[in-house]
Amino acid sequence: MDELTIRQLHEKLKNKEFSAQEIVESFLKNIEQKDANLHAFITPTGELALAQAKKVDEKIARGEEISLLAGVPCAVKDSILVESVRCTVGSKILENYIAPYDATVVRKLRDEGAVFVGKTNLDEFNMGASTENSAFGVTKNPYDLTRVAGGSSGGSAASVAANEALVALGADTGGSIRLPAAFCGVVGLKPTYGTVSRHGLIAMASSLDQIGPIAKTAEDAEAVFEAICGRDAFDATSLAYQYESLYDFDVKNLRIGVAKEFFGEGLMPKIAELVKAAIKKLETAGATVREISLPHAKYALAAYYIINTSEVSANLARFDGIRYGKSASRGQNLLDVYLQSRGKYLGAEVKRRIMLGTYALSAGYYDAYYLKAQKVRTLLQQDFAAAFADVDVIMGPPSPFLPFKIGERTEDPLTMYLVDLYTVPVNLVGLPALSLPVGYTQELPVGLQIIGKPLQENLLFAVAKDLEKLA
Amino acid sequence: MISPKEVRHIAKLARIGLSDLELVKFQKELAAVLDYFEILQEVDVSSVAPMTHAVPLANVHRPDETKTKANDMASRLLEMAPETKDGYLKVKPIL
Repeated sequence: MDELTIRQLHEKLKNKEFSAQEIVESFLKNIEQKDANLHAFITPTGELALAQAKKVDEKIARGEEISLLAGVPCAVKDSILVESVRCTVGSKILENYIAPYDATVVRKLRDEGAVFVGKTNLDEFNMGASTENSAFGVTKNPYDLTRVAGGSSGGSAASVAANEALVALGADTGGSIRLPAAFCGVVGLKPTYGTVSRHGLIAMASSLDQIGPIAKTAEDAEAVFEAICGRDAFDATSLAYQYESLYDFDVKNLRIGVAKEFFGEGLMPKIAELVKAAIKKLETAGATVREISLPHAKYALAAYYIINTSEVSANLARFDGIRYGKSASRGQNLLDVYLQSRGKYLGAEVKRRIMLGTYALSAGYYDAYYLKAQKVRTLLQQDFAAAFADVDVIMGPPSPFLPFKIGERTEDPLTMYLVDLYTVPVNLVGLPALSLPVGYTQELPVGLQIIGKPLQENLLFAVAKDLEKLA
Repeated sequence: MISPKEVRHIAKLARIGLSDLELVKFQKELAAVLDYFEILQEVDVSSVAPMTHAVPLANVHRPDETKTKANDMASRLLEMAPETKDGYLKVKPIL
């Protein structure tokens, strides 16, 4: 059952080869056997999954139509609300927080009949690239338990790679879907900004955050994306958008851009080799490859961390020890409640980012940091627009190196930030980007990042499906 | 380089209580990251407009209608607060 795609599973369910309950039990068994070592989940929700599966089976028994995602075991990143289930966002401050409602994406999947097997581990408030910043322990890489699974959606990627879930939801602010997907050898999509509602996602940086799918194949990721996208009255930034698969895709018409900025210093040679080999396969199949340039890409990381931390400092003001979560209220006045609650229950990286953002937005520094970063963002957008005049997609590695050892990058925050080097430009400009596995070295997976024009997710999926066939 | 005094000021603005040990650690770390941000000084942005959002949406409207929520939504939300009284959030005195 582990090796089925969504479509195969759907056919077998309809043909009554097995029941939704049997599917769920098989995945729950994997969780039971593997997750003590892997730690992909913060809160498994086996009972909820079984109850949902029962409903699907009843529907089938009554002879009713079931949708494509009915009975599909889905893991949900623990920054996305599932009604009546604990949502910790990897933080002590929300350790006992029970979600009062479903996120829009969760409601949509629930309506389709998908079953939720658990809430997955992440860096606290999505801040990190390895899940080492989680207050509930690190998620291990399924390929090597001494290495990280990537982050911040590390639990979601690891759960799919280890067959603890067939698909998962992640959220990507600066690479948090694509990086763990690459590290765990699975497919992950960061959709165009605005295509997926964020209602019910615990916000980190609102001009950058997007929810997206993680799956083992491009086709499965596409099915989940199709189910969760579209306009939502509860998210004013969501777009009226309807997904349509690209049925007439021909690789011979594909123009691929390769940016030299994504093959710079610090990129592991073996990764460059595997990524180039994948591009070569498409070229051999008829695609055109051109070198392009993104002159401002080297400034993206600094601009990203200024904008990210500034938005973090505003978004996380709500965790004040008054409205939600834990409170350390020994003090006599309101200020003491704030200082003590946030001081005690927020982790080091979260405090660091709130302070960086507060500094960047404070009087006298706003122009030099925040405003400057927003202007660099415009330049980067112009770079991408110029590049996309000549090419349809841009390809490169999602990560400059292989999954690193647990603890290897925790000493100095800046070394962890550098992990995001190739993933953040896309978020600053709001473009869609997909990561898919293209090979292995030292028995660890290597990913390829495909960046597209706004709202061209269908092209990304078409290219990814072609590449999977060529592999 | 950001001084310990500045870090204490920023922490207070951000409403984060720090121990003396944390203060020393964060001063070093924030200084390193702020130093990295200096790379942006190379970029000439004199004639560039800032970008605030990836998607050019403006004035998103919705009808001004009363919506019904689940009956127990208010109590569910209140249950998640550390301290309440008579259906209100309870806070310490401000003065």
